[in-house]
This record gives sequence, C-alpha cells and structure tokens, in this order.
Amino acid sequence: MALDSNPKQDFKIVGTRVPRPDGIDKVTGKAMYGADISAPGMLYGRILRSPHAHAKILSIDTSAAEQAPGVKAVVTSADFANPGDDYFRDIRDNCLAAGKALYDGHAIAAVAATSKSAAKAAIRLIKVEYEVLPHVTDVDAAMAPDAPIVQEGRALENVPKGMSQNVTTHVEFGHGDLDAGFAKADKIVERSFKTAATHQGYIEPQACMASLGADGRGEVWCCTQGQYMVRANCAEVLGIEASQLRVISSEIGGGFGGKTTTFIEPVALALSRKSGKPVKIVMTREEVLRATGPTVSTSMDVKIGMTKDGRITAAKADLRYQGGAFPNGTVEFGAQAAFAAYDLEAVQTLGWSVMTNRPKEVAYRAPGAPTAIYAVESVVDELCQDLGLDPLDVRIKNAARKGTLSAYGPTFDEIGLLATLEAAKAHPHYSAPLGPNQGRGLSCGFWFNFGGNTCVSLNLNDDGTVGVVEGNPDIGGSRASISMMAAEELDIPYDKVRTVIADTSSLGFNDVTDGSRVTFAVGLATIEAARAAKREMCSRVAKIWGLEEDAVTWEDGCVKPAGPNAGEHPPMSLAEIAAIANNTGGPIAGHHEVNADGAGVSFGVHLVDTEVDPETGATKILRYTIFQDAGKAVHPDYVEGQMQGGAVQGIGWALNEEYIYGEDGRLQNPGFLDYRVPVASDLPPIETVILEIPNPGHPYGVRGVGETPIVPPLAAIANAVSRAAGVRLTELPMSPPRLLKAITENA
Amino acid sequence: MKTIHVETTINGDATEFLCAPDESLLDVLRDRLGLTGAKEGCGTGDCGACSVTVDGRLVCSCLMLGAEAQDAQIETIEGMADGETLHPLQRVFLEEAALQCGVCTPGILVAAKALLEKNPDPTDTEVRYWLAGNLCRCTGYDKIIKAVQTAAAEMRGA
Repeated sequence: MALDSNPKQDFKIVGTRVPRPDGIDKVTGKAMYGADISAPGMLYGRILRSPHAHAKILSIDTSAAEQAPGVKAVVTSADFANPGDDYFRDIRDNCLAAGKALYDGHAIAAVAATSKSAAKAAIRLIKVEYEVLPHVTDVDAAMAPDAPIVQEGRALENVPKGMSQNVTTHVEFGHGDLDAGFAKADKIVERSFKTAATHQGYIEPQACMASLGADGRGEVWCCTQGQYMVRANCAEVLGIEASQLRVISSEIGGGFGGKTTTFIEPVALALSRKSGKPVKIVMTREEVLRATGPTVSTSMDVKIGMTKDGRITAAKADLRYQGGAFPNGTVEFGAQAAFAAYDLEAVQTLGWSVMTNRPKEVAYRAPGAPTAIYAVESVVDELCQDLGLDPLDVRIKNAARKGTLSAYGPTFDEIGLLATLEAAKAHPHYSAPLGPNQGRGLSCGFWFNFGGNTCVSLNLNDDGTVGVVEGNPDIGGSRASISMMAAEELDIPYDKVRTVIADTSSLGFNDVTDGSRVTFAVGLATIEAARAAKREMCSRVAKIWGLEEDAVTWEDGCVKPAGPNAGEHPPMSLAEIAAIANNTGGPIAGHHEVNADGAGVSFGVHLVDTEVDPETGATKILRYTIFQDAGKAVHPDYVEGQMQGGAVQGIGWALNEEYIYGEDGRLQNPGFLDYRVPVASDLPPIETVILEIPNPGHPYGVRGVGETPIVPPLAAIANAVSRAAGVRLTELPMSPPRLLKAITENA
Repeated sequence: MKTIHVETTINGDATEFLCAPDESLLDVLRDRLGLTGAKEGCGTGDCGACSVTVDGRLVCSCLMLGAEAQDAQIETIEGMADGETLHPLQRVFLEEAALQCGVCTPGILVAAKALLEKNPDPTDTEVRYWLAGNLCRCTGYDKIIKAVQTAAAEMRGA
C-alpha cells in the first residue's frame, strides 16, 4: 500500500465548513465547563490571598477558621509535599505561599466548607502575621543593583556577576558583524520602548472539582489546556503517584495560554484529602486578575540601520522582560522572534528575564513575541517614514524566505511571508484613501509553532463508524478539524467520525494544548493512526482473498485488488471490513504516538487604519485586514476565527489593556470594568485573507494558526497611530491620556 | 440567615426555590436549580455571560437577587430552543461559526434574542452597541455580528 510522502493537495472534506460536533451543546447551555459540575457531599473551597506585594509570613493561625460553622478543612503550604525540582516547587509555592508572600493576591491558605458563604466567612478568621518587605513591580527598577530581591539564588550561570539577583536568565541570538552593518547604513534609528502586562482575559475563570482519598487515589475535573500537565503538577505537589490520579478536562471557556498551569487543583485536592469530601473551587474574576497568568511587562531597546533604498544593514535588540515573582524564560521566545521576518546579514538580540513582585507570568498566545516585534516593527516603520519609503516595499525587500538563515539560528524551509506581504500590497485596503486624522499601519508577525508529544487512538466500530480518542482539550473547534482529517484519510463521511478528548487514564501522555500544536500534531497523529487502520484493513482483506498483503491496495475508501495477478475481487469498504472484523482477527484500530517535529513556522501581515481624536487622544480602529499563511486551512471558519480573535486581543493590548500597580504594589484594576478588554462596539469588521503555502512537515500541509494573529496588531496600530497623530508613542497601551499628552507636547 | 421562599416562572415552568437573602439569581439558577447555562465570568455585571431576561428585560443575573424573582417570568438559554428545534439565532451561530470556546455564547444568544424582540432590523452598529455588554475573548465579534444579522433577516422573513 503506497502512501504519498508529499503534502496532499486534493481534498474532499478538509477545507470545507462542516458543523462542529460540540456545537449544539454550546448554543443550548448544555456544555459542561469547569464550574458546571457538582457531586454528592461536595464542599466549596475558598482561598485567602496576600494583601501585600512582598511580605514574610511569620505565622498562620487557622484555629478559629477550623471551628467556624460548616468548615470541614483548612490547608496551608504545610499540607503539600516537597517535590524534587525547582519547576514543581515553584508550582507548589505559587499555589500556596511558603514562607513569603511574593505578590498582591498570592494564595496563603484555603478552607473547604458546606456552602460558599460559610467558606467566604471562614477565610476571614484565618490570622496571618506578616512582616512587610520592600517590593518592586517595574522591570527596570527590579534590575537595579539595590532593588528589593524577590527570591535569592535563582539566577542561572549565564547571568553576569554583579547584576541584581532578580535577573534570572540571559539569552543571546544572532549572526554577522554588527559594527560593519551599521557602518553601511544611511540612517540609523534607536529607540526604547515599554509595554504593560496584559491578561489572557478568558471569560471562564479557573474552576475545578477534586476528590482525593486517604489511599492516594483521586480525580480532578477542571478547565485546563492540559489534563496530563495538571496530573503531573498535582501528583508532585501532593506527593501522590500519577497513575492514581485521573484528570478529566471539562469544556474550556478560553485559555490563550493562561490555562497551561495549575493554581487551584492542588489546593482542592489537599482540602479533599483532609475533609474526605469532594471539593469545588471556582475563582472570582478578581482572583483571576490578581493571581493568574498575566503576560510579561517589558522594557526594550531596538537599533536598526537602513540604506536609503530600504535595505536593512544591521539590527540589534535588547529585551528586558519581567515575569513576576518566579523565574521564567519567555524573553527567549521574544529574542528569537524579534527579527524573524527579516533576511539580515548582521543581527543580535539579547534577552534578560527578571523577577518582580507580580503574579507569575503564564503563556499568552505567542508568548514573548508580540512585544519584541512591536519594538522592531515600530523602528522599521520610523525608518520608512524618515527615508520616505513605502513600508510594504521595505518589508518585501528584506523579507525572510526559503533558505534565509533566520536571526535565531535555523534556516527557513518553505514559508509564507513573501506571499502574505504581496497579498497585502495587492489588496484594495492598501491603496484606499484616508481622511484627516487617519493613518494606516502595518506589521509582520511570526510564531515558531510547535508539535510535541501526542497520542491518538482511532477505533473502527462494527457499524462502519469511527471513534477518534485524543488527549488535547478542544479550545476552538479542534474536535471538528480532527474528525475532518480522520474522515478525509479514511474516505468516509465526516458525520461517521466522532472525536472525544480522553482523560489521563484513557490515553498516553499528551503535551498541553499550546504553541498552535493541536491541529498540526494531533492532526498528524490522527492521519497516521488512520493509515495504521488502513494497513490492518488491507491485511485482513488480503487474508480473506488469499493474497499477499502487497497484492491489495486502499483506493476510494475501499480495499481493492492491486496489479494484474491479484484476480477479480469486489472492493471491500471500511464498513464491510469493520462488520466482520470479529471473524477476521478481532477489533480493528489504529494508533500513533509521536513527538511531532516539523510544525512549520507561521507568518502573517496585518493592515490597519486608525483615526485619532486630537482633542481626547482616543483611537478608533476604522478598518482591519489580516493576511496569514495557514499551510492548509482544515476548517476555514475556525482559521478565520483564530485570526480575528487574536487580532482583537492585540488591539486591546495596543490601546487599552494594562496591569496598573500602585505605589503600594497592589493591583489597582482587578476587574473587567477597569481592565478593559475590547467590546463589540470598539471594533470594525475584521477581514481575513488565508494563504496556503503547504507545510512540508505535515501530511496535509497544515501549519498552526492560533498564535501568529496576536503578534502584529501592537506594532501595526502603533504605526497607524503615529501616522494619524503625527507623533510616535514608544509605550503601550496607547491609552487616550497617554496619546493626548504626546499630541499636546508635540503641538 | 433564614432562607426565603420564592415562587417564579422559569422558561414557562412554575418553579419554587429557597434562597439566602444575599444569594444572586445566578447562584440560584446554577447551584439550586441546575441551570448552568448562564455562566459567571465576573460577578460584577461587566461580562454578560450570565445574561437572562426577567419579564422581558435583559439583565445580568449576577446583579439580581434570587429573592427578587418572586412572580417574575424568567427566560434562560435552556429555554431558547423548542425541543429539538433550535432558535434561528442558535442555528445560525453554528452555521456561521460564531463561537469558539462557547462560554460567552449563552449570554450572547440571550442578549441577541432580546435585541431582535425590540428591534427586528438593527444596523450593524446597533448590534455592536447592544452586545457591548457581552464580552467575547475568542472571536473578535466579527462572526457574532454577522450571525445576528443573518438570523435577524431570516426571522423577518427577508
């Protein structure tokens, strides 16, 4: 049976817009999210949080809370185990503080009680004695030699001696001779930028229900991007065996990277173990904003040299990212992504990870890339303005392409950057006229994409239908795209396939739903599992016909005789083979386990028109068009949805969203009223143009599409605003007061 | 705290429940009546995920007390379809992929239905302002606005 090794080109099902299998439940209110489950005898958990940005915990007295009406258990970090490595100890210490409260909102202790109100009342009875310590929340301040130290002894060896202990890692990427490159430039622009931390802003707060017996056996139901990650974290933090803990992922109400770690699951398990009852914890929005995954905030310097005809001669970036109160490595992604869109002879990026008294940073869609690319694309745009060059022509002239040695090391294979730039140039949006106080901006965007560890089982049922079992929570329609790829490969109708998400006890390990990996890697594993099932079907039919296996072939959804000597046999369909499987050797299934490589990088270009009100500093988005290479868009509706949703999150980052800390180190805007994400009336339609440059690393040419769309908006909008307002801001968000001040000072 | 006995009508069914004086209608729906279609995204009336109608008026059920539901007519997402037949808004949301994670979807559908009952032929701007109280973080709203308009046209018989 021959299987083509090049990406498939002709499709029957992939590329169509079929209904999603979880749709009816989601429009009728039946779908079960994290907070929607309950169990007999269930208790409600509630967490006490630090009011201080940085404080030594001298004592915790839980005796009054334990005696309060309805309270069945109180836990502190003393109820957790002692994991063997830093990664899990950090997870543990973020779930419940050990020794020091490291940020405003850091969890200190928790109670489980028979009602929400009893739990809420009981946490007020926990007496915590603090010794308040000096704090730091700004990245540059945290790098100063005399800054308060968030945690001691956490720096890696690559951090030069003499720096603040808050600096935990240093990275460097690049190639070529920078001095020679800058010497060739006709114009050099060097600017410093700052960006505020933002939050993923998923509408569903973290929620879980956990049950753990004295025998170490337990179950967790939770909204997560990775049930296997929850299992590993909980097993380490609780000191139990992974095999004894079954984690079930609920429907998930958004994550965007923010649900790739654990906050409440180990706490609920500890409360359950102590009380002997199932415990449910649902975070409030205030808890979500104060204590779960914001992004980094940054301080960055970028220097780029350009010839007067628009060729970049050298480029340098120095990125300083604070990631909260624990070591983090997000700056590495930023440093790698910063100049990915360019074919450069001389380039260098430096990155520094910094700790502050803020919540531990968690991934948010293309983590680290939007801010770095904002700084780079702002400087490229300023050079275009200074030299009187068309910003799209300059990007085309310098664009990375197949064979380019990327700024972060690898040499690119087939990539879609040039195609997206040319599509943007040809689009009517680029030449549409603009009015007064209006400006057009653009930016390139990039994300690496990821494959990772993946298991899929594909089972043939005796009625000719197919079940696919995969292990990645469906965060935006992936059950549809996985079913489509299975149906395509088996040549059966889409509605004959049902894909379900396994719990941790039902399938081997899968990495979390992140890095735009699911449609790529789970899709790849599904196709390979289907091919394994096809090989088995061929083998069964060969036996029935008394032929060698190479004398049959899979064609048009059937096993057929192959070659002139195979004889005349009527083709056998999947349904016919499945119906008699029990008589030909037993059930037929295909499996595939892989650490998937070849994810294929993703590029996009965003075009945006803005209008700035010079009297208020308010920016309105007038028109927005996205061009992105999807490799192959399996379900175009949901590819468009990823592009539109990511762009709007980027619009929020550019214009409104901002973590605001007071002098006291406390978060001042922990609610959706003051942490303002974009609403429908802020926005125009978001137009999308999907390009399909097949990824050689996937049987159908698929590339991940989820992350890249959040990358360009920050710079595209900054560039549009600078042209509309006649003044360039170097700080995000470009909120009305900040822009008004710049306009006023420029006047 | 003594509980309060409330008699109300939910999705056309006469319903009785006991609730604490400080308990929100959302908590009553979710925790006491098992109607978990309405979601709590913020608890402060900023996200609209808990939208229901009370005597025809669109409200955030997290901002209303359960005790205030006495003698009211409450409609939730669970009452929107007629048996197996989806409401046009529900069907078009699926056909046009106007949802991704789906957690804001019940609130948006309830809000959109309330809009079309008041204004069967809204402009895009009117739809966008009416739905400005319903946060969606996944879709960028584009497909939601289009789906509301498709359903509105269908319901007008256009």
